[in-house]
Amino acid sequence: MQLTNRAKKIDKSEMTLAERMYLPAIAGGMAITLKHFFKKKPTINYPEQKRYLGPVFRGHHILKKDEEGRERCTACGLCAVACPAEAISMVAAERKEGEEHKYREEKYAAVYEINMLRCIFCGFCEEACPKQAIYLRHDEFVPVFMNRDEVIYGKDKLVEDMNHRYLREGWK
Amino acid sequence: MQNQILYVWYLLTAVTILAALLVVLAKNPIHSVLSLVVTFFCLSAHYVLLNAQFLAVVNIIVYAGAIMVLFLFVIMFLNLREYTEETKSNFAKLGAAVVGGVTLVAIIAALKKVQYPMPMRYDVRTGFVETLGEVLFRDYLLPFELVTVLFFVAMVGAVMLGKREKGERHF
Amino acid sequence: MEVFWIKAIIVLVIFGLSLVVAMYSTWAERKVAGYMQDRPGPNRAGWGGLLQPLADAGKMFFKEDFIPLQANKWLFIAGPCLAMLTALMSSSVVPFGDTIKIGEHEIQVQGIEVNIGILWVFGVVSLGVYGVMVGGWASNNKFSLLGAIRAASQNISYELAMGLSLIAIIMLTGSLSVRDIVLSQHGAAWNLFYQPLGFIIFLVCAFAECNRTPFDLPECEAELVGGYHTEYSSMKLGFYLFAEYINMFVSSCVISALYFGGFNYPFMDKVAEALGSDATGHNIATAIGFGVFFAKALFFVFFFMWVRWTLPRFRYDQLMNLGWKNLIPLAILNVITTGIGILLDIRWFSWVAMIAIVIIAVAQSAMKPKSARGILEAAPSR
Repeated sequence: MQLTNRAKKIDKSEMTLAERMYLPAIAGGMAITLKHFFKKKPTINYPEQKRYLGPVFRGHHILKKDEEGRERCTACGLCAVACPAEAISMVAAERKEGEEHKYREEKYAAVYEINMLRCIFCGFCEEACPKQAIYLRHDEFVPVFMNRDEVIYGKDKLVEDMNHRYLREGWK
Repeated sequence: MQNQILYVWYLLTAVTILAALLVVLAKNPIHSVLSLVVTFFCLSAHYVLLNAQFLAVVNIIVYAGAIMVLFLFVIMFLNLREYTEETKSNFAKLGAAVVGGVTLVAIIAALKKVQYPMPMRYDVRTGFVETLGEVLFRDYLLPFELVTVLFFVAMVGAVMLGKREKGERHF
Repeated sequence: MEVFWIKAIIVLVIFGLSLVVAMYSTWAERKVAGYMQDRPGPNRAGWGGLLQPLADAGKMFFKEDFIPLQANKWLFIAGPCLAMLTALMSSSVVPFGDTIKIGEHEIQVQGIEVNIGILWVFGVVSLGVYGVMVGGWASNNKFSLLGAIRAASQNISYELAMGLSLIAIIMLTGSLSVRDIVLSQHGAAWNLFYQPLGFIIFLVCAFAECNRTPFDLPECEAELVGGYHTEYSSMKLGFYLFAEYINMFVSSCVISALYFGGFNYPFMDKVAEALGSDATGHNIATAIGFGVFFAKALFFVFFFMWVRWTLPRFRYDQLMNLGWKNLIPLAILNVITTGIGILLDIRWFSWVAMIAIVIIAVAQSAMKPKSARGILEAAPSR
């Protein structure tokens, strides 16, 4: 029964002297390795060079701010509900008088924590968010943990830095 | 310079005799073989002192490099952990002592008869390849060729012994 | 006395050189392996990974030095020492260059010049197997023992063919001294052009004697865990590996001295004439010759690596068949044709054997029916 036409028929007849000497075959093989010796290497030297992972890569989480630098998150909890790994938890708080430049809405997340050991980087939080507050960056990984204390990411690590704003292609 | 060579000779001879004694006295056969290799090395060094480098190197190649490797090869296959001295019976020990003693007496008797002719002149080139070749292929050509035939016969015999007969089991 | 010190310096330089070359061979091996597999190889320690050998040595020295409980302790230690000793001894008779003129003295760039030089190399190489055998047996491990025994039988088998191919060269030159053999290939009259078959046999045997792929069965990790150095760790293992690289460098040197003219190169007479015959000119010519020799030797080191990263390993019976049933008869054929050539006073006569083999091979390939030619053939598609 022939399933594909890639099957190879093997010649089992007696080898000729040239084949038994191996030397022509060895020379052929060595020519191949020498050709590869001078080929351009496809290696990317990782820490110095990084490969572009594409616009849809889901990496480090970020809590976006708006153009005036106010946090967009209102601590509605939809991301926590959507999260299949139950990695997100938050504590809501009411905006005080004089804090209008910090938070856009009247309610905000006083504490916003993601457990990176639980997170599976599915991006459901990003989809669930009604305020476009949480995103998974396409250009940055979550770094390796050396310690259990580093596992839970709070607002200090998640909120966007206004000096280095995160912009996706097509947002500008 | 003469004295230095003499000291070297004394040292070498001492090492040779020590190693040769170890060959006989060592409990472990592997140690015996290795000391035999050391003995051959010392003998080669003696050849070098006599300015016979060719003999020295051939001694190393043939004896230390090939024959002793085969010895070692065979001994390594023996299971040495179960090897004990007690397996030899008293009769065998007695026989060995008698044979060894007779040989010793024979050697001493032979050595007593020997007269050492002093070499008339010392030729530096005595041990060189060219001299050796001339001696072998001019003065002793027939014995040399006969030895070749002997080796050939031995080789054929070894092949015949080692050959697998028809119907014998393949390993 | 002055001569003594200059000679001592030369010996030390040769000694250091073979160590440094062996050290950087480990780096080059990994680099070559990388390049042949389309990756850059070690490049983290220093520029281009050049400090990698130092890092490796540091790692080796600081690892735990472990001696198995049931091992024969002294022989276990003696194994790597013997391997290292024999590896370093063989480079002493290789002529690295012509002579240096200092004052009225003319000093050869060589460890020692003895009239049996090539036999010395041969003898020391045949002793190299002791390191492997002693180490493998003393480990008290079946795999080590099997590796050691493989090494021993392989070395003995290939020594014969190697010696026979050497004899043809000795017949051509009429001398056992490596320097004489090199000097007889003055200019471009390299032995390679007179001994093509002998060169191929010698090269194959050199691979086998160095335990390099495709003949690295003593350390065949697919069958024998690690071969004879299974039980070794720390710098003892390092010595074994290092000895292998020194052997590789020395055999490269010997190949280039015996078959590729050593420090001879085409038009060397014209270069020497242009430099003048006074001491400085002569020394510069010697330096150029040294460079040429070194380049040839390094090419063969590269060749060893090139083959290693191209060919798979032989099976053990194939190895023995190749050694005993193919190489030895071929080497004897080579000796006979060379002898006929000397009788007829035609130096290149051993080409006859080579050409005859090639013609038979080509004719047989051509006579083979077309349908059967080519090992793989695509089945007809439906």
